[in-house]
Amino acid sequence: MSNKINIAIVGGGLAGLAAAMKIAEAGHNVDLFSVVPVKRSHSVCAQGGINGAVNTKGEGDSPWKHFDDTVYGGDFLADQEPVRRMTDMAPAIIHLFDRMGVPFSRTKEGLLDFRRFGGTLHHRTAFAGASTGQQLLYALDEQVRKYESEGSVRKFEGWEMLSLVMDDHGVCRGIVAMDLQTLELKAFEADAVIMASGGPGLIYGKSTNSQVCTGSAVSACYQQGARYANGEFIQVHPTSIPGEDKLRLMSESARGEGGRVWVPKTQGDERDPQNIPESERWYFLEDKYPAYGNLVPRDIATREIFQTCLDGYGVKGENQVYLDLSHIPAETLDRKLGAILEIYEMFIGDDPRQVPMRIFPGVHYSMGGLWVDFEQRTNIPGLFAAGECDFSIHGANRLGANSLLSCVYGGFTAAPSALEYVANVERGDSGTNGIYDAELKKQKEINDQIVHSNGSENQYKIHEEMGKLMTENVTVIRYNDRLQETDNKLLELIDRFQNISINDSNLWATQAVPHARQLWNMLQLARVITLGALNRNESRGAHFKPEFPDRNDDEWLKTTVAEYSEEAPVLSYEQVDVSHIEPRLRDYSKSSKKAD
Amino acid sequence: MSSKNGTKVRLDAPPDKLRVRIRRREKTDSPQYDEVFEIPYRRNLNVISVLMDIRKNPVTADGKETTPPVWDMNCLEQVCGICTMVINGRVRQSCSALIDDLLVESGGNEIRLEPMSKFPNVRDLKVDRSPMFDHLKKVHAWVELDGYHDLGAGPHTSQSMQAERYAYSRCMTCGCCLEACPQYFEDNYIGPQAIGQVRLFNMHPTGQMDREERLDAMMDDDGIANCGNSQNCVQVCPMNIPLTRAIYETNREVTVHGLFGWLKK
Repeated sequence: MSNKINIAIVGGGLAGLAAAMKIAEAGHNVDLFSVVPVKRSHSVCAQGGINGAVNTKGEGDSPWKHFDDTVYGGDFLADQEPVRRMTDMAPAIIHLFDRMGVPFSRTKEGLLDFRRFGGTLHHRTAFAGASTGQQLLYALDEQVRKYESEGSVRKFEGWEMLSLVMDDHGVCRGIVAMDLQTLELKAFEADAVIMASGGPGLIYGKSTNSQVCTGSAVSACYQQGARYANGEFIQVHPTSIPGEDKLRLMSESARGEGGRVWVPKTQGDERDPQNIPESERWYFLEDKYPAYGNLVPRDIATREIFQTCLDGYGVKGENQVYLDLSHIPAETLDRKLGAILEIYEMFIGDDPRQVPMRIFPGVHYSMGGLWVDFEQRTNIPGLFAAGECDFSIHGANRLGANSLLSCVYGGFTAAPSALEYVANVERGDSGTNGIYDAELKKQKEINDQIVHSNGSENQYKIHEEMGKLMTENVTVIRYNDRLQETDNKLLELIDRFQNISINDSNLWATQAVPHARQLWNMLQLARVITLGALNRNESRGAHFKPEFPDRNDDEWLKTTVAEYSEEAPVLSYEQVDVSHIEPRLRDYSKSSKKAD
Repeated sequence: MSSKNGTKVRLDAPPDKLRVRIRRREKTDSPQYDEVFEIPYRRNLNVISVLMDIRKNPVTADGKETTPPVWDMNCLEQVCGICTMVINGRVRQSCSALIDDLLVESGGNEIRLEPMSKFPNVRDLKVDRSPMFDHLKKVHAWVELDGYHDLGAGPHTSQSMQAERYAYSRCMTCGCCLEACPQYFEDNYIGPQAIGQVRLFNMHPTGQMDREERLDAMMDDDGIANCGNSQNCVQVCPMNIPLTRAIYETNREVTVHGLFGWLKK
């Protein structure tokens, strides 16, 4: 055997691929596990762009201002040091993607173009039309394919991670995964494991997330002792397109390019939007937040839209407001926003170049995730995390176009961190005797049990009920009595889960068994989100309680940490790193943000 | 689609029930058979939400209990490419196939779902498209870099060059072009998907440094010469990628490379 290090990466989106190419570049080996072919990961859904203070617009932008905007936008809940490192690295990350051939939109001089996004006053967002996530993912997919063809990356596409393999000292030594076609289970040895499995949006049933975003793998880690932090911070995106099967994202870049949000001034106005004169439209975001207007951070825009509909101003009495681009020349819209306009046209049928879009907030992103230190290490030795599945960077609210950046930063940091860990740790066989077989046996038993379940409950109905429960009670506006009730109902659903039936007698490529395993894991994580929200008696970023409407730094400038126990998640709290910027109150009605 | 004055043409007289005919297969080697399901019609359904309904309660129109149909899905925004299938005889993504539009087009109350035919059929509507990813290896579909450390900005690029490359770069490897191509069967022809990517990388200032390697791949037995010019690919591409242009431009490059390339060796 060579002295090559072997790292298992779970998830082939932007974060996982970023980590994989760094490890391969350093001359080591990667086993890459992904539920879908990696090129089909959820990162493709990111639309608007990637932030980095390249400052080509003569606006005096800087990584420090990007850092400040991110920490301020996150309502000071993020540990500051990793945010500072990320915003410092951002311009180099964008340049690297440019070198890899990403067709970023350009200026007349042939330089990278930048657009505005929420929560900043600078043009800081590099973009490739309105399908930036797709383009960035493809660039990394291409680089990793090169290493795959050279043999240093082995892909396991169509495999789902079920559990970690832990040795007798509590060190992570590999994973157990399931082939989704044959349902074969296999244990994989690894010197270290990097989780890069994305967010848990499917817990809410319908969200802007892709179908693989169950959070199942992360939940498995949590149930094996990994700490899960700030679970209650779930971003609800202000502008999504409600659908039968999912909520489709309408990118913030629509507002970045001049899109305006409005409702008719008269409640229940039945006229079509084209027939409502300017003077009878209420541009409520511009009205309330003159400095940032339609580009206030997402938590604020979402609450305002939600409240406007609650107050009876929703378009035609329904839960929807207008997002209007029709005042912008069609040529500009096609060039800068083509891909997202096509999505609206394709699914709704109206042409947003001519008719204002009808939108409503939808669950979008988890700021919370696996707890990691500043080097992306979880509390379990040998286990690392990067991307949406870790809790770092975004605090209580993520700024638009910071997610692609945090994925790449996380992957680029986790990779050397994992290599360094392996290089410095004693790697004897001590404590590993039989651990792979034992974990494999355990997981096979769980599968057997599921395969033979023939109760009266329908697992898809349980999923649907969990989604509705969570969407109604643990999103934009939260009340303690309803949160407590939600946890009670989650416990009922967990009980009912024990009585499901697998309605598929054909086990070849069945989706019933994987879904059952995901559902169990989602139910566990739903409790973490709900109880984290119940406990936090303040309002901060995406977490808003009318009973406690203000941010309370004295008691709650703290990271929530959940640890698994069979009865209920055990919550504890730890200090937030505020070593660079003194916390100050957020106020987006004014442009001068500094306390002075 | 079906947009007039910017607003949608609606289905006038929707049926009470929607019939869904699914071409099924238990395993890769077992025979195919059809099953018909009926679900109550609702507005705003797409093929995915219909399949989700059936999966929840898999009983055929004749009341026979059966197994839930298996299909692939992920983003549901027509950008991951995974949910591609043949719908009413035409290959496309099932997430963006709206029931109302299908009924307006067909004039009936039944829709027909079949798996793609050019790839191994795993089960029901699920196929294995891994050969498409192998094509990408074969044509060296990446830009070679000296390293991932900070080496400053990338090359200057004109807006028109960016626009052309962006069009090719949107390929989501869905396989519609290969399904519709009369020349493509397993390994005899690499097909338009890979040729579009050759064009994408050969246009890039750094990517074109490996141009000859890609053109060599295009000259193999399964190379570009097998294109029969039916132009089906460009008609079914959901991303409107100018595939026939890629074939034309690449073919020209290959011809020149074939004539004079050996002089450089």
